[in-house]
Amino acid sequence: MTDQKIRIATASLAGCFGCHMSFLDIDEKLVQLNERIEFNRSPLTDIKHCGPSDIGLIEGGVCNADNVRVLREFRANCKVLIAVGACAINGGVPAMRNYFDLRECLEEVYLHGTGVTNPQIPDDAELPLLLDKVYPVQEVVRIDYFLPGCPPPADAFLQMLMPLLDGKAPHIANNQLHYD
Amino acid sequence: MKAGQSPGASSKTNLRRIAIDPISRIEGHGKITLLLDSDNHIHEARLHIVEFRGFEKFIQGRPYWDVPFFVQRLCGICPVSHQLAAAKAVDQLAGVDQLTPTATQLRRLLHFGQMLQSHALHFFHLTSPDFLFGFGSDPMQRNIAGVLEKHPDIAMQGIKLRKYGQQVIEAITGKRVHGTGTIPGGMNKPLTTSWRDALLADIADILQWSEQAVQLNERIHTAHSEHADFATLPSNYLSLTGGKGELEFYHGGLRARYPDGVMIFDQCDYVDYQQILREEVRAWSYMKFPYLQQLGIKQGWYRVGPLARINNCDVISTSLAEAARRRFMAFGGGGLVHNTLAYHWARMIEALHCAESIQHLLHDPDITGTDLVVEKGDRRNEGIGVIEAPRGTLFHHYQVNNEGIVTKANLIVSTTSNNQAMNESVRLVANQYLDGKEITEGLLNHLEVAVRAYDPCLSCATHALGKMPLQVELIDAEGALIHRLVKHSDGQFKT
Ligand code: SF4
Repeated sequence: MTDQKIRIATASLAGCFGCHMSFLDIDEKLVQLNERIEFNRSPLTDIKHCGPSDIGLIEGGVCNADNVRVLREFRANCKVLIAVGACAINGGVPAMRNYFDLRECLEEVYLHGTGVTNPQIPDDAELPLLLDKVYPVQEVVRIDYFLPGCPPPADAFLQMLMPLLDGKAPHIANNQLHYD
Repeated sequence: MKAGQSPGASSKTNLRRIAIDPISRIEGHGKITLLLDSDNHIHEARLHIVEFRGFEKFIQGRPYWDVPFFVQRLCGICPVSHQLAAAKAVDQLAGVDQLTPTATQLRRLLHFGQMLQSHALHFFHLTSPDFLFGFGSDPMQRNIAGVLEKHPDIAMQGIKLRKYGQQVIEAITGKRVHGTGTIPGGMNKPLTTSWRDALLADIADILQWSEQAVQLNERIHTAHSEHADFATLPSNYLSLTGGKGELEFYHGGLRARYPDGVMIFDQCDYVDYQQILREEVRAWSYMKFPYLQQLGIKQGWYRVGPLARINNCDVISTSLAEAARRRFMAFGGGGLVHNTLAYHWARMIEALHCAESIQHLLHDPDITGTDLVVEKGDRRNEGIGVIEAPRGTLFHHYQVNNEGIVTKANLIVSTTSNNQAMNESVRLVANQYLDGKEITEGLLNHLEVAVRAYDPCLSCATHALGKMPLQVELIDAEGALIHRLVKHSDGQFKT
């Protein structure tokens, strides 16, 4: 891998991986992209911490202390940080939990759930502290670009990334902007 | 990799904690923790699921016909599985027991597309680097980009197999990820003949590549006899099978076997799952631990997914996959195959079955039919939908009130059923490969290889929602926990 390659890091916070899947839906174009980029931390690689990168893609909102740590690590290391998908931009479906009393919800699942043995609420310190609400990423760090959709279409990823690789401002065609 | 003391895991003093955080090349968020003494002997090895969602709660209060499109956002890799399991439950809520032939065939086709793309993604994009480069190989190369550089043919076949599965999904639901297809009592649009013809045009290649994927796995397992001992785990197996004991993904009865192959039960109606399964909660994971009630917590854990399905079924209805299944069972010497890495092989046999089944369905005249929905019957207040998702048996259970508003939901997501098995596998590999050794990155990847075999989907598996109580902990200089106070919702601090 040469030094000229643009380094891209990706992370899924409180998301469903659908945005990552849509990114992979560029199919064979992954080959061309791979000639110009190299992946840093990503669920696709075994790099566990975000190193200095040119572009960071964040899927999912912020639901626990771990998400906050990862997001800050990305902001500190990525020159351009992009919020990808409805969950990152406004919390998405996971943020539906914001309308409920969380304690009650935990009890629903771990104490009153169907067929539960040994009912208790998991509380080991290995489990990251959950936040009171699910937050959009821009409420935690500065974000440079937002790519909407649930998930954004595969072509939208290319329309975002290709100009950035050439140092230009991206422009997403109207028909690639989805708000589903 | 993050090495350091954790207050919670090591209330035992003088133990060193190593965490693999996050586990990579899987979907979702999990970590492995090891506690070792000064001679690097392993005292504890655990897989923790650290994420928490809560669909069961926030789906309450929504109208039941909304459910499939919310729950599919549990998982972007197998959204169709959730959509279909929920749709089967929703049909019951709408008083529908039998769909039109076209709707049934469309749902099956959709499911095969889902299974194919998910299996291809898992083997080629996520797991293949472990087998092509070695478990302890250079971590910078151990990914799909490395495979593209060193084995471009294999990588391209994977990319195209996944693409094809995604196209099947797009043809039926309008989108590759989170489209819409199911409605109460049927499907919302027909498959166009232009889509059918486009899919048929590529099917010969897809069949060939799927066969090659099976052969690649056969070669890997015959060439590496050591794989047979890697996390090998005699276990019970659970899956759906068809009425004749055949491999079946969309609809069937529950079958479970003991490790020696003897049947625990067969053709159980899945609407009775509550009599069969229970789930145990443990403090250190958000993912529960299911078990077969009749065997109890200790003996009753089981495995699901490709290995369980291939072990459990008597036959596969398509010829190439059936031939591959026979070779697989012969490899196991006639009994069940307990080899954990054989999950991958079984997964590719299933991918081949998907390719063959897609071909058959595309030639079925019903597939482009336009009779898509049946009249709704008398509304019911309970619906239970079960299918075989790529990662195993998936249970969706909903109760609604007379207005059709969801009042209770219970999901047992496939990966949850493998929770105990994944933990056992991590422990086995830790003891077999790491115990007493200098811990290196390559050795740690062995633990991840064990987890990856299950293709865990941890974002699905952590559908529960909630918040940890506020905790205050007092830790001594060794990192041992001396005292922990927890603030509960009533505002009281309790130990
Ligand atoms: S935006 Fe949609 S596809 Fe992306 S992570 Fe959220 S639910 Fe999944």
